[in-house]
This record gives sequence, structure tokens and C-alpha cells, in this order.
Amino acid sequence: MSVATRKAAGAGLSAITGAAALVVVLMLAIILVDVVRGGAARVSWEFLSAAPEEGMMAGGIFPAIYGTFVMTLMMTVAVLPVGVLTAVYLHEYAPPASRMAAAVRVAVANLAGVPSIVFGLFGLGFFIQFVGAGLDGAFSEPGTITYGKPALIWAALTLAILTLPVVIVATEEALRAVPREHRDASLALGATRSQTLGRVILPQALPGILTGAILAVARGAGEVAPILFTGVAYFLPDLPDGPWSQFMHLGYHVYVLATQSPDVEATRPLLYATVFVLLALTFALNLVAIAIRTRTRQKAAAGH
Amino acid sequence: MIEPASVPPDTTAAAAAGEGDRPLLAIRRRQLRETAIEVAVTAVALTGIAAVVLIFVFVGREALPLFTSEEARQETDLARMFLAQTWREGRAATFTWQPVSDVPKYSMIPLFVGTLKVTFVAMAVAAPVGIAAAVFASEFAPRRLREVLKPTIELLAGIPSVVIGFFALLVMATFLQDTFGFSFRLNAVVAGVALALTVVPVIFTVSEDALTAVPRAYREASLALGATRWETAFRVVLPAAAPGVLAAVVLGFGRSIGETMIVLMASGNAAITSLSLGDSVRTLPATIAAEMGEVVFGGAHYSVLFFIGVELFLFTFVLNTLATTFVRRLVRRMSGTAA
Repeated sequence: MSVATRKAAGAGLSAITGAAALVVVLMLAIILVDVVRGGAARVSWEFLSAAPEEGMMAGGIFPAIYGTFVMTLMMTVAVLPVGVLTAVYLHEYAPPASRMAAAVRVAVANLAGVPSIVFGLFGLGFFIQFVGAGLDGAFSEPGTITYGKPALIWAALTLAILTLPVVIVATEEALRAVPREHRDASLALGATRSQTLGRVILPQALPGILTGAILAVARGAGEVAPILFTGVAYFLPDLPDGPWSQFMHLGYHVYVLATQSPDVEATRPLLYATVFVLLALTFALNLVAIAIRTRTRQKAAAGH
Repeated sequence: MIEPASVPPDTTAAAAAGEGDRPLLAIRRRQLRETAIEVAVTAVALTGIAAVVLIFVFVGREALPLFTSEEARQETDLARMFLAQTWREGRAATFTWQPVSDVPKYSMIPLFVGTLKVTFVAMAVAAPVGIAAAVFASEFAPRRLREVLKPTIELLAGIPSVVIGFFALLVMATFLQDTFGFSFRLNAVVAGVALALTVVPVIFTVSEDALTAVPRAYREASLALGATRWETAFRVVLPAAAPGVLAAVVLGFGRSIGETMIVLMASGNAAITSLSLGDSVRTLPATIAAEMGEVVFGGAHYSVLFFIGVELFLFTFVLNTLATTFVRRLVRRMSGTAA
């Protein structure tokens, strides 16, 4: 083959890879444009602040927003300390070539790959049928079920386990970006390991930890399969009055409106508006996380 | 000795060193505290391992009656779940998933076929697109473009699957039906293409990492020998990164087997055993999601759904382990050449 044909073939092949990248970006754009065009105009203060009415054919989505918010908050409180400390163990405390650290890494990688619906089954089998039923056996009056049923807290804990790998990976990346010299300097000045950790390493890793938390929140707010059997309610205009009640959820509300509506055309505007709110929420969170991460990476690259 | 002004009193072990017996005690207390913190951190780190074990044990526990309970075994057992059954005298043996009927039928085969059909479509779309986009990002794109491209594709991964399911159900299904003339509006192709949207970011990210891990020396050597840029990309860099790209495909495969909401919304959910991609399909995860709400707790149907969960857990476990092995091979290969 002559150089010219080789170059021409190469340009063609490179163009194909560029086209593939373009297709992916275009699909993202199409989804966004479709959702914004169909939903943005329908979103009003009333829609955001009112409860659904007339069998969800009218009214707003406030209970779903509130339920999503409270559940995600509980999930974050549960997952953040565990995830951060696990990353701290892996990066700061585990001896080199530690068997346990390797086992934790394998477990976390596998946890990240477990299908979300299996987390839902786990939440049902473990939290509700085992922990909840156990609590009922110990504390509830015989014959009544207070804990062993779908509830806000069980959904939050199920999602906390699902998002654990997200927090661990992000935190570990942040710890890796803290220069070695800072640890050495701190230890050389007589600080202990935990003092170095608490006053030198973690403050520097904070943006990365924040990234992990935000990504976990975005993921937790959008996942529907794990909460199907662990706490979400089909229709519940009253706000949940505690961790033991069921709740409405934006993602599940989208599913319900899209698939269970008796009149598809009538629900369509409401559906689009709900999708818009859910997407705006998760997208804003993801954008913030990506922005922080890009800055941290640049800083880390500049520091080395 | 000079004391830094900002050090709080409890950390001034060095200052205490001149005061007789107290330093020893202070040092011991400090050591004790350090050990306690280390033990606590290590204990928390075990949560990840505990979670994986507990998931397997507790999903398995609810499936156990299929093997131990007489009552459940009257309705179904392993043989009836996987082999063709004759349901009526004189008729051919069939694979049927019909859990709610006078004679409940729990054949896994229609669900396996459905899952594989959807996954096949998803991988046929996502693997070439994801890998090509990764090659573009790591080999051809200018630096500026790459820095925009990567976060954009990460954003695609951030779209909740229920939103992609919604988009597939309302927009893509109509578009694909108009284009290809399917007789069922919701089918394996619609669900598969929608699924590809969540698989592409996985394949892209992991492949891109593998490609950028290939040392610059490879590219420089290839270019110095007179190869063009695309020859370098496709004949040198891509083969060198092959284990990582394979890991990406395997992870994407695992992701598409386990995805629930998209297929629940876009696949039509009919448990048909056929090879046509235009038929409606029912996948393993969608079956769990759709039917768990209607089962009798502790009954055979309930246990079968948990048994599907065990299968999904094992599939993804095997796929993940495979991917990890590939990545480890890539790392060894790359570190071997760098030395």
C-alpha cells in the first residue's frame, strides 16, 4: 500500500471513532432536549409544592421530592463514615501486600457489580425479614408489625450499601492525591498517625470525599430497583412521619406515571415534568461532582 | 526546644518529655489511643466484605425452601425450572414461565433467552461504540476535546436508569417501530438499544483507562518505524491494551444482565421463548421487579424470585472476577515493559 492510501484509510478509520464519540454525545443531547422541551414549561411552584391529586392525574409531586430528599439524607449519613473509613484503611492503615486489604478491594469491586435489583432482594430478605422481624419479636406487641415492613430507613440502608463502592473509590482517589511529603512532614514533627490523618490528610482530601458523597447522592436519588420492595409507596399524599413509614420517591413516581397510568396522553405532561425535576436534580449533582473532581485532579497533577 | 505555637496541649508529648514520670504514661496512653483507632478503622473496613457475604447468604436464605420445603418442591424444583416440561397429555414439552395459574410453571428458559437477547443487542451496539469512542478519546482527539468528552460521557452514566427507561418507552420505541416496522412496539431491540446507553459509559471509561495506561514508548516506537497514527492506534496500542478492553466488555456485559428498570419499562415483559429480536421479552431482573409485589411471602413463587436473585448475583460475581483477572494481566504486562 502506498503512503497516500494508508493515510486515507487511516483518516477514514479515525473519523469512524470520532463518529462513535459523537453518537454518544448526541444521544445524551437528544435525551436532554426531549426532557427539557417536554417538561420544563410544566414545572411550576405549585407542581413542586403540592401533593398529587385525582389518582395522580393532577396536582404536584411534593411528597415524592420530600421522600427522595429524606431517604437520600439518611443514606448519606449511613454510607459516608463507613465509606471514608474503609478508604482510609485501604490507603493509610493497611500494611503493604495486606491480605485483608486485597480481600476488601475484591469485595468492593464485586459489590459495585451486583445488580441493583439484587440489593432490593437483599433489603427485603435481610433488613425487613431478618432485622425488622427480629426487632418486632423483641420490642413489638405480639401480633403487630412495627419494624418488619417496608420503611424509609430500610430503603436508605439498602441504598447505603449500594453506594458504598462509590464513596470508597472517590475517597481513595482523593487520598492518593495527597502528597507523600505532607504525611512525612507531619509524622516527622511528632504527630501521631491519627493526628496526621485528621489534621493533614483528611482536610486535603475533603474535596474528593465531597465528590464521592455527591456522586453517591446522585446515584441514590436515581435508583429505583433497590427500593421497590424495601420502602417506596405507590401513592402516599401524606409526608412520612418517621423512619418507619413508607415514602414516595421521584424515580418510582416516574415509573408509575410511565407504566401504570390509565390515560397515557393525560399523564404525559405530568410525567415529563417529573422526569425533568429528577434529571435536573441528578444532573446538577453530577456536574458539581465532576467540576470538583476535575479541579482536584489538576491540582494533584500540578503538585507532582 | 522550640514549640510551635499552634500545637494543642494534648499533642505536646515532646514538651511533657521533661517532666518526670508523666511522659511515659502520656506516651502509653497515646499509643493505646492510636491502636484503638487503627482497630476501629480496620473493623469498619470489614463492612464491604460483610456486605457481599450477607447479600449472598440472605438472598440465598429466602430461596432455600426450593430445596428444603416439601410444599415448595411440590410446585417446582431444579429439573422443572431448567428442563422442558409436558404440561398437557399428548402435547410437546415446552419451556413456560407462568407462575400465576392453576398449575404454576416456573421454567427459567424463557427468562434466560429474553435476558440474552436484550444483552446481545445491548452489547452489539455498546461494545463497538464504546471502544471506538475510547480509542478516539485516547489516540486521536486533541487534548481540549478529550477533556470535554470524558466528563460528558460520565454525565450519561449519571442519568438514572428509570429516566432512560422512560425515554425508551415514550420516544425510542415509536422511532424504532417506525424505522424497522416491528409488530410489537416494545421488544428486545428497544430494550437493548436503551440498555446500550447505560453500558456505553462503562465500556468507554474502562477501555479509555486501559488505552491511556499503554506507555508512550509504544506509540513512539511505532511511529518511529514509519507507522501512521491509525496503524499505531489499531495495531499497537489497542492490542497492547486488549486485556483492559476485554475487562471493559465483560463489565458492560454484567451491567446489562443486571439492569432492571430499563428492561422493565421497555421490553414488553412477555416471557416468550423465541429467537426473534422483534418479539417482546421478559428478563430475569425485570421478572423479580414485576412479580415480587404480587407474591405470597414464603411461597414457592417468592422463593423462585429469590432464586433468580441468586443466579444474577453469581453471574455478575463470575463476570467481575473475570474482569479483575484481565485488568491484573494488563497491569502486569504494562509494568513488565516499563521495567
